[in-house]
Amino acid sequence: MTILKVSGLAKRFAGQEVLRGIDLDVTKGERIAVLGASGSGKSTLLRCLNFMEMPDAGTVTLDGRTIGRRESELTLVRQRIGMVFQQFNLFPHMTALGNVMEGLRTVRRMPRDQAQARAGKELARVGLADKAANYPAHLSGGQKQRVAIARALAMDPELLLFDEPTSALDPELVGEVLGVIRSLAEEGRTMLLVTHELGFAYHVATRVIFLADGTIHEQGTPDEVLKHPKKERTQSFLARHKEFSL
Amino acid sequence: MYRWDFTPVLANADLLAAGLVNTLKITGTSLACGLVLGLALALLRLSKHRWASWPAGFVIEVFRTTPPLVQLFWFFFALPLIVGIEMTPFMAAVVTFSIQSAAFFAEVFRAGIVSIERGQWDGARAIGMTHAQALRRIVLPQAVKRMIPAFMERTIELMKTTTLVATIAYADLLYAANEISQKTFRPLETFTVVALIYFVVITAFSLVARRLERRMAISGESTVH
Amino acid sequence: MHRWDFASVLANTDALLVGAIGTLHIFAICLVLGLSLGLVVGLGRYARSRWLYWPATAFVEFFRNTPVLVQILWFYFALPILLPFSVSPLEAASLGISLNSAAFSAEIYRGGIQSIERGQWDGARAIGMNWAQAMRRIILPQALKRMMPALTNRAIEIFKMSTLASAVAYVELLQQGKLIASLNFNPIEAYTAVAVIFFVFLWPLVQFTYVLERRLAGDE
Repeated sequence: MTILKVSGLAKRFAGQEVLRGIDLDVTKGERIAVLGASGSGKSTLLRCLNFMEMPDAGTVTLDGRTIGRRESELTLVRQRIGMVFQQFNLFPHMTALGNVMEGLRTVRRMPRDQAQARAGKELARVGLADKAANYPAHLSGGQKQRVAIARALAMDPELLLFDEPTSALDPELVGEVLGVIRSLAEEGRTMLLVTHELGFAYHVATRVIFLADGTIHEQGTPDEVLKHPKKERTQSFLARHKEFSL
Repeated sequence: MYRWDFTPVLANADLLAAGLVNTLKITGTSLACGLVLGLALALLRLSKHRWASWPAGFVIEVFRTTPPLVQLFWFFFALPLIVGIEMTPFMAAVVTFSIQSAAFFAEVFRAGIVSIERGQWDGARAIGMTHAQALRRIVLPQAVKRMIPAFMERTIELMKTTTLVATIAYADLLYAANEISQKTFRPLETFTVVALIYFVVITAFSLVARRLERRMAISGESTVH
Repeated sequence: MHRWDFASVLANTDALLVGAIGTLHIFAICLVLGLSLGLVVGLGRYARSRWLYWPATAFVEFFRNTPVLVQILWFYFALPILLPFSVSPLEAASLGISLNSAAFSAEIYRGGIQSIERGQWDGARAIGMNWAQAMRRIILPQALKRMMPALTNRAIEIFKMSTLASAVAYVELLQQGKLIASLNFNPIEAYTAVAVIFFVFLWPLVQFTYVLERRLAGDE
């Protein structure tokens, strides 16, 4: 069942075409890894899906309904599409628990005790039950990103977007975050993941998309794209990532 | 509906012009004195000797902390009786605004001087300069450049503060407005025109200041505030 | 040599008390009006819509680039001509000082809001917040913390500006000082006392801003 349908998506920044006509269907339970060189438009694609960036052309259809551009509609859409950022974007003036509760309280208007219980559950799921009272300044990078994931999960999203979730982390902290994402994959959650961790993409993704020049250059199963790429640009991209081991 | 009539105000353009000249005179004189005095205060404040830095700090704090109008009244009504000299409104205003802006300029100077890297002092002393030479030839020229935006901002504040002299009957632009409005029974037009004159003069000055600041930003100069 | 005689001032403590109450009264009005109106104008300056941006900018430029005493006198002498009722000294002075402070604090608010990283907006919007929710819950609380030193400074300026109300004969500390000086022929003591009172009121507040500034510098 298709839950998200993208067609003809285009976006320009200062005259520069970053996305030029992306078509993409996401089925329930799919885990799509989005690869590409920097500047290929990966992050922009993700940010256009929940309208953090306004696409210049094209449509995004969620559960059969094409998303409009009114703010009231977008806030509803964003509750259904969770997003995790490279820089975490945790709220520094709130505790870990406060961060996870924030959407439930302010957006969903959930009663405090209920929101607190729910947020506690999400923190426990990412292994941070004991850090609930910590402020972000007193968390490691990996812990911050796990809180950010819990914050997104608390809203019960039907689709999760990960925008290079481990790129800002010290190498020794990458594992704990990937571990959490992997466990979400095992639950059968639908997700799009922009990443440079090719090994992780290979093992976790059900489909791999290679972006170049703002279009989908090549796509297929991890085996097809990562082990037997047909297109030359995909091959040279993979060759540059020498650390990639399957 | 009120019928606006600006002709009585325009008929007194000479009074307004004289007032504006007096406003600029007070601003200019206080600015010049304030800069010199402010530098002196800053150097005293930065001194290693407590007997120099402490009184300088006290003067700076007092003049930054008390209302300008209270200072002006004190210098106009109280000081002449203490020292036994006659004070004209102009003198009282210049003394007040000079010391008051000096207190603010001193903090700007101090921040500017402190912002110059230690290496500059070291370099100057390594070629045998005295403290005073290093300050005058090496540190101040670099510091002053960074301080220009803060000086400009303060000058604008000073020009606005000079309106207070109208309360001790010095014939500045605001005082002229009061006079004209009483003479012509046209307070609305008079005060509107005078507000506009201030607006134009101050805006012109702040545009120049902003352009200067932008040019400095482009040439990569850092600034202090 | 002048022989200081503060007894003549102390004999008028009740007059000074009345003045102090007047000062605190107008200070409170202008603080609340100035800082809250400033927030509205600051949001206008931050807005993308031209219909909000230009009026807010015009307001800020006009009130920043005219002397506050001119504004007070305009509201006292000029405004009543356009109105069917008269304007009291308190109203005129409060209007002038509040609008002036609103213009200055608007720039503080705008700067503070702009200083918050884009990522905070991203984080807020990603969990479905609308603009107002993000502003109220995420952006403003963080911005306010950064703005505290500047806003406290504004409060100090408002306190000092309150003396200008004496120009329209509003009863506050300086006005009472004038009264005491003219009744007792003791301008030296009267004005010194007023200056000292202001210093005693404001000095702790000034020190407090230094603490705030230092703490903020330590945090970031």
